[in-house]
Amino acid sequence: MHQPPPASFCSSSSSSGGSSCECARVGVRVSALAPAAAPCPAPRRLPRPRQPEPPSRGTSTLLPARLGPWCSPTGSPAPLSCETGCGEGSWILVCRLLVPTQVSLLSMEEDIDTRKINNSFLRDHSYATEADIISTVEFNHTGELLATGDKGGRVVIFQREQESKNQVHRRGEYNVYSTFQSHEPEFDYLKSLEIEEKINKIRWLPQQNAAYFLLSTNDKTVKLWKVSERDKRPEGYNLKDEEGRLRDPATITTLRVPVLRPMDLMVEATPRRVFANAHTYHINSISVNSDYETYMSADDLRINLWNFEITNQSFNIVDIKPANMEELTEVITAAEFHPHHCNSFVYSSSKGTIRLCDMRASALCDRHSKFFEEPEDPSNRSFFSEIISSISDVKFSHSGRYIMTRDYLTVKVWDLNMENRPIETYQVHDYLRSKLCSLYENDCIFDKFECVWNGSDSVIMTGSYNNFFRMFDRNTKRDVTLEASRENSKPRAILKPRKVCVGGKRRKDEISVDSLDFSKKILHTAWHPSENIIAVAATNNLYIFQDKVN
Amino acid sequence: MMLSKGLKRKREEEQEKETLAVDTWWLDPSLPAAAQAPPPATSSSLFDLSVLKLHHSLRQSEPDLRHLVLVVNTLRRVQASMAPEATLPPVPRPSAAPCVADSLLASSDAALSASMASLLEDLSHIEGLSQAPQPLVDEGPPGRPAGGSPPSLGALDLLGPATGCLLDDELEGLFEDIDTSMYDSELWAPASEALKPGPEDGPGKEEALELDEAELDYLLDVLVGTQALERPPGPGR
Repeated sequence: MHQPPPASFCSSSSSSGGSSCECARVGVRVSALAPAAAPCPAPRRLPRPRQPEPPSRGTSTLLPARLGPWCSPTGSPAPLSCETGCGEGSWILVCRLLVPTQVSLLSMEEDIDTRKINNSFLRDHSYATEADIISTVEFNHTGELLATGDKGGRVVIFQREQESKNQVHRRGEYNVYSTFQSHEPEFDYLKSLEIEEKINKIRWLPQQNAAYFLLSTNDKTVKLWKVSERDKRPEGYNLKDEEGRLRDPATITTLRVPVLRPMDLMVEATPRRVFANAHTYHINSISVNSDYETYMSADDLRINLWNFEITNQSFNIVDIKPANMEELTEVITAAEFHPHHCNSFVYSSSKGTIRLCDMRASALCDRHSKFFEEPEDPSNRSFFSEIISSISDVKFSHSGRYIMTRDYLTVKVWDLNMENRPIETYQVHDYLRSKLCSLYENDCIFDKFECVWNGSDSVIMTGSYNNFFRMFDRNTKRDVTLEASRENSKPRAILKPRKVCVGGKRRKDEISVDSLDFSKKILHTAWHPSENIIAVAATNNLYIFQDKVN
Repeated sequence: MMLSKGLKRKREEEQEKETLAVDTWWLDPSLPAAAQAPPPATSSSLFDLSVLKLHHSLRQSEPDLRHLVLVVNTLRRVQASMAPEATLPPVPRPSAAPCVADSLLASSDAALSASMASLLEDLSHIEGLSQAPQPLVDEGPPGRPAGGSPPSLGALDLLGPATGCLLDDELEGLFEDIDTSMYDSELWAPASEALKPGPEDGPGKEEALELDEAELDYLLDVLVGTQALERPPGPGR
């Protein structure tokens, strides 16, 4: 397998002159992609990680797309604080990361010149298979790493580009760090059911040593993965030669001490724990406890508590399965531990309720400590009231004082001290309220959108349809709608706020409700823990945006 | 989808009309498969739609529990609103309705709740089979259906008046729709034998237009009875 020349990116100085070098940086299957046609003057500063073995999925490769020459540095980098909110700053596209499949690789081989690759096969996502659809996105606790999981059971970890004085504008770029197959499709012979390998959630553990740890889960099994770097290898074995073949002991006349020699950086992922066979129903959430020793996994009817060290046992802490399944009217939709109190957690339900539980009260937390529910608005009552009240995501604020919930049409912020109603309600796409019947018919009403806080809990973000996502500034009460799409974004260009026209005269830049594409939904987003960098997943595309402060 | 051009709404009433009229904006081929009917505005059409959805959900080998519960709850709401009207004809049309959905509508409730109950019971039984290392193994009673008339099966009471009938060919059509692969596996051998008489007896029972309460009870007992079997987890675990 030949190795391409070290991947490199053009520095700003070369690109501003007009000769655009469209370098393709290859992540994993290095032989499949042709190297850049023209040598690039400025090699990358980061050592390029190399995988020890190709992913079992075979043919996919990661390719950060460069849609055009980078613009020259614009000035001071974005401030490290996240106080700018969403209204005052503007958002720019940092990079779009795409996972092509074998189909696109074949078409690429015909077109060796990477300059032509630019917009040709990347134009629409119809090349991608369903396995590449991103199903979860998560930053780690420092924001240095960004993990995505997809429907094909694969986890891809991106690493933040390190800052350098020369390439200040490259801050905020993420590049492939590691790829591995986390879950494989399984067949449950007992029930004659296939278990999907789709990664439902990824959660990082806080870093305690040089290695990174994350939990990834599909419908049934949670796995703990260790991602570590290796940049030295031992050389000079006595019993093996350099290729690893055993040496005839009779030929050994001297002994030597193996020494560690530097090698090219290699990132390897190994499964350290497999937590299986504890969930009858589909796992929808995992949450690491603040004690860093336990975590919970929640399915439709039960929540289990695990110790990281023990894989053959878990404690059931919530069980809402009725004795008579015919009486089932409510399921668990999401769960999360309190960020600071290791005894508290919340879980949400399909009826729009949130329960806060305290594990100190009893071993089985079927009785809640607090019960959050907003009374139904009689003016908005319809047959679909319950469906649209079903909570699809619940997130504690970083402070631990608030929880945010996402139902079909709104995002709500609750104060833990007030159970009878939320303190804030934000309309995500209220123009859909009159279309609920159609959305019920095409099942879009069952879509599960996630929501995220920014690092300072001042801005919240969630996705919508037509590749739109929305941000709400809790302080200024301003909100913005942005679009994550290839057609409308050049790198470093400022994202233009979008507006949906609900009736009356449609202005030039507005889009009418009837023109929205309901197959393009932003379900998964993530916000950097301390900076204004966001990751937005749109089918198989991962967009990374950064705020641009002049 | 392209941005619509030149689409101007001059008057508010036009906008109002638009919500009630047949709007096809959602009939995009890229969208998930949907019934190609106009968006229903009436309770009965919503009822039909929900029944279809429920059946589609039940047909899955492992239905999405959240989806199932939400559809059932919606169906219940719709039915509650339809209660004052005589929604169910007492005797289904003698000629077998060509469409399973139509026949289901005529006498849907008993069949529906029976299949719903059976499926949810299957889920609980499956869990009994695949007992994982869970400290709390107490499953409670195997979940026999609440006794009494077949129309009232516990909280899944989707029926109004006890006029639900199970036409034999409808029963057969009902079982045709349901994925019976889990009944075909080795473990279910006794159960499948018990179930087969149902559809197979269909032709024999053509004279009787109604499945009376006792027979429905028997059917449910058979379904529930097989679930009381306790088996250790298979080797696949």
